[in-house]
Amino acid sequence: MDEILEILANDARLSAEEISRLTGKKAEDVKKAIKHYEQTGAIVKYKTLINQELVRDAGTFVRALIEVSIVPQKNVGFDAIAERLYSFPEVTSCYLLSGSYDLLLVVEGDNLHTVSSFVSSKLAPMENVRRTTTHFLLKKYKEDGVILKQKPKSKRLNISY
Amino acid sequence: MDIKISKIVEDMAPSGIRVFFDLVLGMKDVISLGVGEPDFVTPWPIREKVIYSLEQGYTSYTSNKGMIELRRQIAHFLQQRYALAYDPEEEMLITVGVSEALDLAFRALLNRGDQVLIPEPSYVSYSPVVEMAGGVSIRLPTTADQKYKLTAAQVDRACMDAPGKVKAFLLNYPANPTGMSYTKAELNALARIVLKHNLVMVTDEVYDELTYDFDHTPFATLKGMKDRTVYLNGFSKAYAMTGLRIGWVAGPAKVVGAMTKIHQYTMLCASIDGQMGAIEALKNGRRSVDEMKREYKRRRNFMVGALNDLGLTCHVPEGAFYVFPSIRSTGQTSMDFAQNLLKQQKVALVPGTAFGPSGEGHVRISYAAAYEDLKEAVNRIKKYLGNSTS
Repeated sequence: MDEILEILANDARLSAEEISRLTGKKAEDVKKAIKHYEQTGAIVKYKTLINQELVRDAGTFVRALIEVSIVPQKNVGFDAIAERLYSFPEVTSCYLLSGSYDLLLVVEGDNLHTVSSFVSSKLAPMENVRRTTTHFLLKKYKEDGVILKQKPKSKRLNISY
Repeated sequence: MDIKISKIVEDMAPSGIRVFFDLVLGMKDVISLGVGEPDFVTPWPIREKVIYSLEQGYTSYTSNKGMIELRRQIAHFLQQRYALAYDPEEEMLITVGVSEALDLAFRALLNRGDQVLIPEPSYVSYSPVVEMAGGVSIRLPTTADQKYKLTAAQVDRACMDAPGKVKAFLLNYPANPTGMSYTKAELNALARIVLKHNLVMVTDEVYDELTYDFDHTPFATLKGMKDRTVYLNGFSKAYAMTGLRIGWVAGPAKVVGAMTKIHQYTMLCASIDGQMGAIEALKNGRRSVDEMKREYKRRRNFMVGALNDLGLTCHVPEGAFYVFPSIRSTGQTSMDFAQNLLKQQKVALVPGTAFGPSGEGHVRISYAAAYEDLKEAVNRIKKYLGNSTS
């Protein structure tokens, strides 16, 4: 991956000037590269990774991973069905997988009831959806390479040769 | 009873900055740029292996030379990486860090009065280990103008000044505290003088993996140098394993044999669990080394730019994780600068004089710290400079 992308993927707050300092590339060139990535859609969006456990009251936020087996549609395959599914705002992620089922959805809701009613009223009855299996998420430890627990303090001495 | 301490230890110069170190260690909420070790903890796969080894009951001695599997892994690595062939049975030894290896090397090589050339500024233990072994350290000062690189002419002159007395030449690159390193061409120039004066080379290449702008060249790979080079390295810096204390020696069987003799009577062996971790590091640590190196390089670029902007001029160091800027523009001594900065702004760094008199007018800044801390430290140094000049 390009170094600029690698840096931004880790901290999207850094300015082009700071990235220029870190990499030794000219600030102008960094700006141009970022613009290019934004225009081509390589950079989709800048967002913040939030540990929901620390900002919501326990029990008021529910996330589920849902395995979906589908019957592919003639000519359009999985994509058209996937689009019908991921267009629901409750679906926060959607992946096509190899293996014993086809799509993996991440669905969020305010409580167990809203998520299960989404599955029973929207997902399961949908034409081409053969079967769903819902796994409620109990705890998130690590996301996108980041461990959510706060790092323990450094054990180094403050000074050494 | 008035216990008399040995003359050799009595005569050893005490560390002039011990008081400063104590001051730092007693202070809270300090941003530290004064640390000579990585800010990363040992990568998890290595720690996990060490834990598993303990669970499996690996708590015994190993052979004096170190676990044969580890020696084989290192030999394999040197062969693959540098096309350097060492016999893991006869030409390698596992030590308790490079520090022990240095001590062993000079005790194995020196007779009373033998001289050893040591560049300066340099790591604090070099002269003492030479002197404890009965040798005489000849310190060759280097300056910012020469980018702290020893020239072949300096080495040549030092040998001419004491014909037949200089036995060995200790070279550390990339270097603590300056961060400088040598290109292959620069090393070749030194090697010609080493050959001319028939010197034994002792190289401390523990920062080799942290070389940013060109490929590191082990001294032993240079023409005619392998059979006169005692090549020291270890796992502390590249794999962030300082506290596990694993170093190694590769060199001529005769020297390694002599070092092993001392090691077996003094240290017996390096810790078995550290050695298990080192084996894992060589097998599966590459990804972590590369990630850490990329991160250090960015921090270096940031620090060098920021310090030069503040008028604390410095070259771009080619390796390790240190910058050695000049603080002459402030008119302060390096000790005053370090002390005042610590007291007024709570930023810790090491006065250049800790690494020899030629470090005066400079400070060692370690960028083995989180980027956010480096930014905050730069702000504080800026404030300090504003206050001290007004």
